[in-house]
Parts: sequence; structure tokens; C-alpha cells
Amino acid sequence: MIGSILKNSKNFTFKINGYRLQSTLIIAEHNNETLAAVTRNALTAAKKLGGDISVLVAGTKIESVVEQVSKVSGVTKVLKAESEDFKGFLPEKLAPLVLATQKKINATHVLAGSSAQSKSLLPRVAALLDVSPVTDVIDIKSPDTFVRTIYAGNAIMTLKSLDPIKVVTVRSTSFEAAGDGGSGSVEDAVNDNSYEKGSGSEWVSQELSKSDRPDLASAKIVISGGRGVKSAENFKIIYDLADNMGAAVGASRAAVDAGFVPNDMQIGQTGKIVAPELYMAIGISGAIQHLAGMKDSKTIVAINKDADAPIFQVADYGLVADLFKAVPELIEKTNK
Amino acid sequence: MVRVLVGVKRVIDYAVKIRVKPDKTGVVTDGVKHGLNPFDEIAIEEAVRLKEKKVATEVIAVTCGLPQAQESLRTALAMGVDRGIHVEIPQAQYDTLQPVHVSKILTKIAQDEKIDMIIVGKQAIDDDSNQTAQMTAALLNWPQATFASEVKVEGGEATVKREIDGGLETIKVKLPTVISADLRLNEPRYATLPNIMKAKKKPIKKITPVDIGVDITPRLQVLSIEDPPTRQAGSVLPDVDALITKLKEKGHL
Repeated sequence: MIGSILKNSKNFTFKINGYRLQSTLIIAEHNNETLAAVTRNALTAAKKLGGDISVLVAGTKIESVVEQVSKVSGVTKVLKAESEDFKGFLPEKLAPLVLATQKKINATHVLAGSSAQSKSLLPRVAALLDVSPVTDVIDIKSPDTFVRTIYAGNAIMTLKSLDPIKVVTVRSTSFEAAGDGGSGSVEDAVNDNSYEKGSGSEWVSQELSKSDRPDLASAKIVISGGRGVKSAENFKIIYDLADNMGAAVGASRAAVDAGFVPNDMQIGQTGKIVAPELYMAIGISGAIQHLAGMKDSKTIVAINKDADAPIFQVADYGLVADLFKAVPELIEKTNK
Repeated sequence: MVRVLVGVKRVIDYAVKIRVKPDKTGVVTDGVKHGLNPFDEIAIEEAVRLKEKKVATEVIAVTCGLPQAQESLRTALAMGVDRGIHVEIPQAQYDTLQPVHVSKILTKIAQDEKIDMIIVGKQAIDDDSNQTAQMTAALLNWPQATFASEVKVEGGEATVKREIDGGLETIKVKLPTVISADLRLNEPRYATLPNIMKAKKKPIKKITPVDIGVDITPRLQVLSIEDPPTRQAGSVLPDVDALITKLKEKGHL
């Protein structure tokens, strides 16, 4: 009954417990082959809101991603948009598409998993909708009340959004990844000629760091090296230990700035935020900005020769030792 | 020739361990060391370098905030910015001032000052929003180059290397454009004493949001600001063997 009323009047807002009936538009992130894990985390967040969940998949080659998305648990509808325009997922091209899709389905929420891509795109979308976006939420209390961290994770803000449409990015380590088991229907997002395509930007190239190790954001074990590792060559012992333990490798800003490792490995307030089962901080002092990226890890181990390093204040197990002695010994004793 | 606008935010110094107010309304700011948002220093540095390369003709810095925000503007002037604009926001409204408001202010100023390039930091280290550049670009209908670690400007377009999750990507954006600075874009200079003295003479124009027709009505209601859960203190282990034992107990080995 309610469903048919809603179908018959696009802009009809029906209130339940004081809320308009929720519907969420999720912007899927992918590489034209595989759906990114962060989108599955966003789906779990969207389920907390209730109502329909539509997922927009835009790209140059999206057939397999559309199929993957349609099977994710909780997905009501997959909205697809395939075009050469979306090469490199430029926000100038994607934002008008998201806007047109949002207008068509009249969603109450636009969501994406927090990532470099969504942080680039969603605020642009929000401005076009004239709403204030909410970045990197760690909890959803109700359809208009969100929890997020400020000051590098040292304060937790609970806020009520007063805007009609909520544009939200979701911290992926705070929400489980939605599994498979859904059967969403698939349709075209919008008529291709129905919206103004953005311009002014052009994607040229990318240089991705290649690695066989687990993805940093979703790894169960993360081993990070800091300034104490002293050189790029020395980082080999961090990699060797990680390989023995099936871990991803991260780094502090100091290690990145010193050129030991590429910056996509940086963990912290302005790098990646991780919350693995086990986090091993090796030669990392534990500055406020680094702790912001890892202090929700289940178990934290610190190896540092300075007994007064702040990292020991958050570590479950600390080893005050020279990492150049301790790490090789760990490698030897974890050799399977 | 390119006219550049840089965004400047005064924030609690990055090294300060912040304290949450007992009444959960916010963070203690009185008597706490403040400074320029580190990402904005990088934005200012990039703008000044563009001027030194004769790409930019004028660099204007704008800040939206309390009277004290002028200090941050003076720092920008001492680093080589030509003049400042201080958009004064009273304390009552400053607490709910958000990127959505700041981007509208930047948009209006960019139009009034005939700006070709806006450079802001990728995020402020207090609210950690990471929104202003993107929203400003949207409002102006300009392309955006966020999280920039290298910017080359030639012939009406900028080639920008961006920090993305898996590595780096290069894009080209046509001017006018908005750029947000990542940490690795440059190493900001220190303001020297002579330049700090010179900066005292550089003009700062004071305006209000009302003057430029920007509505800063709150878009959010802060329900509470609380301390994060604290971790239980752990134990210091005697040697690697003890660590191995613990890792095995936890099932990590």
C-alpha cells in the first residue's frame, strides 16, 4: 500500500516516527573490474538507515562490477552508467551524473565509503545539492544523527544534520563489509542525454604501487615501520616479517617523508585509517597524527628502543629493544 | 597571467594534545597554542612559488574566522602573499561555520577578485573535513585537483599529480581551477624576521559574510563532543620470545 503510494508520487514524503521514508544512493567505487571493499562497508552503514538502497555504478567498463554489486546483500537496485566520459573517475564528470541520478530516485541519503575517490567526489556533489556533507562517519545513530571524529581522532563529535539530503562518507573500518546474498535489479541510471556533462579536466595517467601483500585498509595484520627503520633498504626486514605473518605493510609519515616507502602506505590522520586485528608499530614514536590512523586496532604491539615513546601508551604489548636485533629474531622465529 | 587565492585557517597547533570541555560542548581553545593549518602553509608556499616563477601576478590570502585569525593571515603575508582578506565571523557563529559556508565565501571572493586559481589545504586538522576545495570548485563550476603533490602550470592549464589510495595519478585541469594541497606538495618556508616586519605593512581588508551576501546559518547541530574511549595500558615484554608467545596466544601466528 505505502509502496504503491510512493511509486505514484515521486516527491511524496511519508513520515514514519517523524522521519521521511529513507532511501539511500550509494556511489560504488571500482576499477572497472572489481568492486572496492569500501563500498561494501558503506552498504552496511546504509542498512542502518533503513529503506531502499540503490547503488550507482559508473565507469568505462562496468558489466562485471554491476553483476558483483547486484549480488551484495542489501542492494535493492543497481543503477548503471557506462561511458568513456568516466575514464579516470573524474569528479567533474561523475558529480553531474550523481546529481541527475539523485534527482531521479529522490534519495534521502547519498553515501560512499571513505576513500581518496569519494572524498574528492562527494563534497562536490553536496555543494551542487547545497547541503553540508558529513565526512568519515564512524557511527549512525539515526537517519539525521551521525558520529565522526575531529582533531585527529582525539574528540568524537555527534552531530545532527539539518539538511534535507544527507551526503555522507563512511569510515570503512567502523562498519563490517556487506557480504553476498542479495539480488538487486539492474537498470540504467539516467537517460544519457538528460544531464549536463562536466568538463575542464582530463585524466592522463596513474602510477599504482604494485604489491602481492594484502590490501592495507582491509588486512587482518598490519606491520608498520617508522623513522627508526632508518633507510629504504632497511625496510626489507619489515617486508620480510610481514610476509612471514601474512601482513600488509604501512608506514609513518616520517618514513614516507624520508623516502623509505611510497606515500600510499602512510597511516594516520591524513593517510589511511586502519583497524586490523593486529598492528605492529616498529620504530614508530607514536605522534598524535599517526595514532589517529591505527588506535582502533584490536591488538597493538610496539617495538621501539625508546621506553618513553608515546606509542607505548596505546600498545597492548611493548618491546623496548633495538628493532635491528628484534625484527630479524622475529623473522627467524616466524619462519614457517 | 594567473591571479591566485589561497585559503588560510587558524587552528589549534598540531602538536597540542587537545582537551574536551567537561560540558561536552566542544574543545578547550582558550589559552591553547594556535597556528596556521599545516596544509594551508603548503598551499601558501605553492602560491608564492607560482609568483616567484612569474606564473602568478598576485596572491591573495583569505581567512574566515575570529579576530585572532588575523595572525594566521599575517603569517601568510610574511611568507610572500601580497594582501589579505579577513572575513570576520563572530564566536557564536564560528562554532558552526563549516566548509559549506567557507566555500560560498571563497566563491564570492574569487568572482569579485577575478581569480584564476584557488589553492587550499586538503583538510583542516581540527574538523578533518576535507571538503572546502571540492565544494568551492563545484560552486564555481571549475575543475578540481585535490590532494596535489605536484603542480605545473602552463598555457592556461595545470598538470597535477594527485595522491590516490593505490599510488599517484596525473590529471590536467583547465584554468580557472581549484587545487587542494597534500603534504608532499612542497616544504613551506619559514617567515624571516624582515619579512614578518614587512608583512605588518601589507593590507588586510576586513569584511563580513553579510557584506558579500553569504548566509552562514548552521547546517548542523553539534549534539556533543566527547573524549574517545581510552585504551587499557598494556604490558612491556622482556624479549622476542615473550612476544612470540603472546602472538601465538592471540592466534596471529
